[in-house]
Amino acid sequence: MYSFDVVRPKSVADAVAALGEEEAQALGGGQTLIPSLKQRLAMPSVLVSLAAIDEIKGVSSEGGGLTIGGGTTHATVAKDCAASYPALAAMAGNIGDPAVRNRGTIGGSLANNDPAACYPAAALASGATIVTNTREIAADDYFQGMFTTALEEGEIITAVKLPIPEKAAYIKFEQPASRFALVGVFVAKFTDGVRVAVTGASEEGVFRWTEAEAALSGDFSAAALEGLSVSADGLMTDLHGSAAYRAHLIGVLTKRAVAQA
Amino acid sequence: MPKDHGIGAAQKRREDVRFLTGAGQYTDDINVYGQTYCHFLRSDVAHGKITSLDTSAAEAMPGVLRIFTGKDFEGIGGLPCGWQVTDKNGDPMKEPPHPVLAQGKVRHVGDPICAVIAETLDQARDAAEAIELEIEDLPAVVDMRAALETGSAKVHDDLEDNLCYDWQFGSDQAVVDKAFAEAAHVTTLELVNNRLVANPMEPRVAVAEYARAKDESTLYTTSQNPHVIRLLMGAFVLGIPEHKLRVVAPDVGGGFGTKIFHYAEEAFVTFAARQINRPVKWTSTRSEAFMSDAHGRDHVTKIELALDAENNFIGLRTDTLANMGAYLSTFSSSVPTWLHGTLMAGNYKTPAIQVNVKAVFTNTVPVDAYRGAGRPEATFQLERLVDKAARELGVDPIKLRRQNFIESFPYATPVAVEYDTGDYVATMDKLEEMIGIPGFAARRAESEAKGKLRGLGVNCYIEACGIAPSNLVGQLGARAGLYDAATVRVNATGSISVMVGAHSHGQGHETAFPQVVADMLGIDESMIDIVHGDTSKIPFGMGTYGSRSLAVCGSAMVRATEKIINKAKKIAAHLMEASEGDIELKDGMFTVAGTDKSVAWGDVTLAAYVPHNYPLTEIEPGLEETAFYDPANFTYPAGAYACEVEVDPETGKVTIERFAAADDFGNVVNPMIVEGQVHGGLAQGIGQALLENCVYDADGQLLSASYMDYAMPRAGDVPFYMVDHSCATPCTHNPLGVKGCGEAGAIGSPPAVVNAVLDALNHAGHDVAHIDMPVSPHRVWQAMQG
Amino acid sequence: MTKVTMTVNGKSVSKEVRGNMLMTEFLRDELHLTGTHVGCDTSQCGACNIHVNGETVKGCTIFAAECDGAEVGTIEGQANADGTLNVIQQAFQDHHGLQCGFCTPGMVMSAATLLKENPKPTEAEIRHYLEGNICRCTGYHNIVKAIMAASGQDVSTIAAE
Repeated sequence: MYSFDVVRPKSVADAVAALGEEEAQALGGGQTLIPSLKQRLAMPSVLVSLAAIDEIKGVSSEGGGLTIGGGTTHATVAKDCAASYPALAAMAGNIGDPAVRNRGTIGGSLANNDPAACYPAAALASGATIVTNTREIAADDYFQGMFTTALEEGEIITAVKLPIPEKAAYIKFEQPASRFALVGVFVAKFTDGVRVAVTGASEEGVFRWTEAEAALSGDFSAAALEGLSVSADGLMTDLHGSAAYRAHLIGVLTKRAVAQA
Repeated sequence: MPKDHGIGAAQKRREDVRFLTGAGQYTDDINVYGQTYCHFLRSDVAHGKITSLDTSAAEAMPGVLRIFTGKDFEGIGGLPCGWQVTDKNGDPMKEPPHPVLAQGKVRHVGDPICAVIAETLDQARDAAEAIELEIEDLPAVVDMRAALETGSAKVHDDLEDNLCYDWQFGSDQAVVDKAFAEAAHVTTLELVNNRLVANPMEPRVAVAEYARAKDESTLYTTSQNPHVIRLLMGAFVLGIPEHKLRVVAPDVGGGFGTKIFHYAEEAFVTFAARQINRPVKWTSTRSEAFMSDAHGRDHVTKIELALDAENNFIGLRTDTLANMGAYLSTFSSSVPTWLHGTLMAGNYKTPAIQVNVKAVFTNTVPVDAYRGAGRPEATFQLERLVDKAARELGVDPIKLRRQNFIESFPYATPVAVEYDTGDYVATMDKLEEMIGIPGFAARRAESEAKGKLRGLGVNCYIEACGIAPSNLVGQLGARAGLYDAATVRVNATGSISVMVGAHSHGQGHETAFPQVVADMLGIDESMIDIVHGDTSKIPFGMGTYGSRSLAVCGSAMVRATEKIINKAKKIAAHLMEASEGDIELKDGMFTVAGTDKSVAWGDVTLAAYVPHNYPLTEIEPGLEETAFYDPANFTYPAGAYACEVEVDPETGKVTIERFAAADDFGNVVNPMIVEGQVHGGLAQGIGQALLENCVYDADGQLLSASYMDYAMPRAGDVPFYMVDHSCATPCTHNPLGVKGCGEAGAIGSPPAVVNAVLDALNHAGHDVAHIDMPVSPHRVWQAMQG
Repeated sequence: MTKVTMTVNGKSVSKEVRGNMLMTEFLRDELHLTGTHVGCDTSQCGACNIHVNGETVKGCTIFAAECDGAEVGTIEGQANADGTLNVIQQAFQDHHGLQCGFCTPGMVMSAATLLKENPKPTEAEIRHYLEGNICRCTGYHNIVKAIMAASGQDVSTIAAE
């Protein structure tokens, strides 16, 4: 690692101020950032740890929805959302491993927007709202391609608001080495329609499978997906699977998610 | 009643206490006063010419002590290869130089170019970034077939081409040709044995210090064989005589072959410590390990089996391309030849066998022994082939194997080795019982009810362990003897230190070896300690690999203990005023046959060191003996393995549902440790079959360069295993009757897994002849697409 | 440099640390607690697992500065007060749940929080919990068995079908 300082502000305001410094970078749980720092892929002057900011931690429910602080760990989401939003809790409880879940945060995952991460699929399928220190961003506007989001420099995710669907499920087919999603599909059924978000597959990062959404909004059953397929164009090919295989998996996993929801 | 003492007892491991409490001492735990840190600048291209290299700016950076380049190693030896293979034309293999730091050219991603020594590691890394280096890219040689084509780019400019050797072995050509000409059926299979990265959990580390006033160097290194490193580094690379060079391999966090070899980094830190007169430490990161630890396997093979009308195996021929990588690592040349070709008979009495191996240089990390080393490659091709033959002929694959088993021993194979003992029928019987063949149909039906396909795969294996008879391997090109040594030092009070040449890095020698000595002397194991891993403390030793420690070093220990007993009897005879021939040793007491006279072990040992009443004119005081043991033959562990898998037909994902291993290891000293060795081997074999794959792209970039892309088996990928070693036919030529158990699991398991997947697919109507490892979900899905 | 104060295995320590100093470096280099190992650089192998405020985290993926004020536990603090092995450590020895010992500290630390959260885990739950602990020696069989035994479950029939 290059040399840098670590600061631990206790409030969002202090964190925002600290991030105003030249070459300052936010540090969530660090589970992705720290390995990349070890490879010397980033050269921050100061890392602003968000882990000591109590105001962005925890889960609360209001008006049929959940508000999850941006600094809430995967382990906390897995535990505290188990009753209110079991599909989300199960997803969080399967990210990485227990040690990663004890550090990694929802805000950190969404800010990073790894194309194979789980949270982007959950947020997009849930129609979440990403709350920052300056504004609220609809998930549909937030994800802008692999490792790219609507966040501005120095903007911090303070919370994520998620409407709770009537039914939902997330199925992850793991890449065997990293255990990220080779393909992950999150299906959420709301009274006014179904949302299907796919991670791990596209070169553009997480996306909604709108044909499946239309079919499922009329008939929420695996059978409704018969005959539908995703084009392999624009899907990733790597050591672990071709674009065609990923396209195939999207169909299989979507059906399984619907069946499980 | 299970034994709790001596040979055969499942004693708990004494070394565990330090490992479980964080008190182990691994090489990276060693810090020497005044130590400096070393960072290697490595090539990021597979093949290139160094056109300019300027370290001056980097040398001026804070904390930098010195930067070494290839120039510093001009005229100094390169890393040697320990085995010369002879080409079928009688020529020696091509042996290009393997410099410690690159000399003008880089030949694989990770090839070390410069080494920066600084006061801190961060300073060394900062300086490495400031080195001005220009490399002119050259075309990379990656694919072995392309490497052998005329006009291919060459890894080594001074060689004619990329062929290291073309080796042929086995029965006469005419005999093999005749078998194939007369065959009623010929089964042919082309397959790849996937390149693997050994990945012991402890990355390599080397710490060197130099005592200038005494001109003595000490190297602490993560090695399976410190004496081998001392020999190779001292004699061939740095020119340091043995008495001025101490090599210590303390607690080592797993080896699996990749810590046998002599590496550039350990030679470098030893060299640099002398140059700068400060201790130098290098600790590999895992990322660095992927591009600098020798890799394993990487064979491409075509194999053919000739059968007569009664399905007897009458001929076998196999043609393999073996990847050597960019340079010859220490034992690389022997792996696809003498550790592979000699095992091609397997468990079968095939009378005519011919083996061809072409070893090929490529712009990849050197390839050398990895758990099993050559024997997994032999087993995989043979046992996949037999399974394919059974499917083509419509016969039961177990029946086909049984029909062709070797049943009388000793058995001389057409590929030079003589199996001393074995009982392949017994292990197969045991296996069938363990896996529960009659219940398989019901288990398959259960899987099918869940929408899954189920398959059963079976195979046999044989291995040659207890490496190796020195005179034989010398004829075959080995440049070292492969005996081992032990010193048994009995102290005045009767406690014992046994200094052994074997090195324990997970095998539990510290527990199992005392069981042998305790058994022989009739004293408690707690009186005996094992000393290993330090050339200044042990007589000599070739180290631990090839499942040799107990068979070879254990035998040396037995011989030395026998000498101790002989001398102790002389002392006891003197003390009891009896004839030496009448002395018996039992339960730690010396008695005179037919009398009630006795002296205790401790009385005798005390007399040896306080020789007041002692036959000083006949024997020396003291009680310490050394023995070197050179085995008369290899040992031949063998067995039969079975695997049941479920395949998800929609995703192609394979899960291991049941795994059974019936092994014949001969006699067993500590069954708990033996079972653990099998478990670990099985996980590595299952890893090779389902998960692990080391992949380069066409430009020689390593794609599977970390655990993000190299899939290590995790707890959730493997089942509880059923293992058994009760079908034991003791080795006939070593004093313990042991055969070795370290590699069996990794050798025997890959074909069982792949055979099971193919059984599942074919039973479900998919006409799939073979899938290369790793049998990943993607590959299974592709195979099912037709 | 930042000053950090934390409790490590029940003992308070204060040190000046670099911002980029990981807990693994802090423990190994500053406190000479070398039982916490480093097996990879991509936060996957778990040889570095330690406890921070009672939770298992990867010591190689958390800065010392982030642990200011924390209660830290390492393998060196796991044995009973009289130096004997604790229940989990003893089960690992009894069931041969370790070979080279390098991944072992991380395994023991993971097992401890698993059993705290889930006192009687099933085989599948144990295997899932060990997702981030790679062992190359044991094939996991005896590790899973040891953890089941440490939780008081009967393991005598495992794989003896």
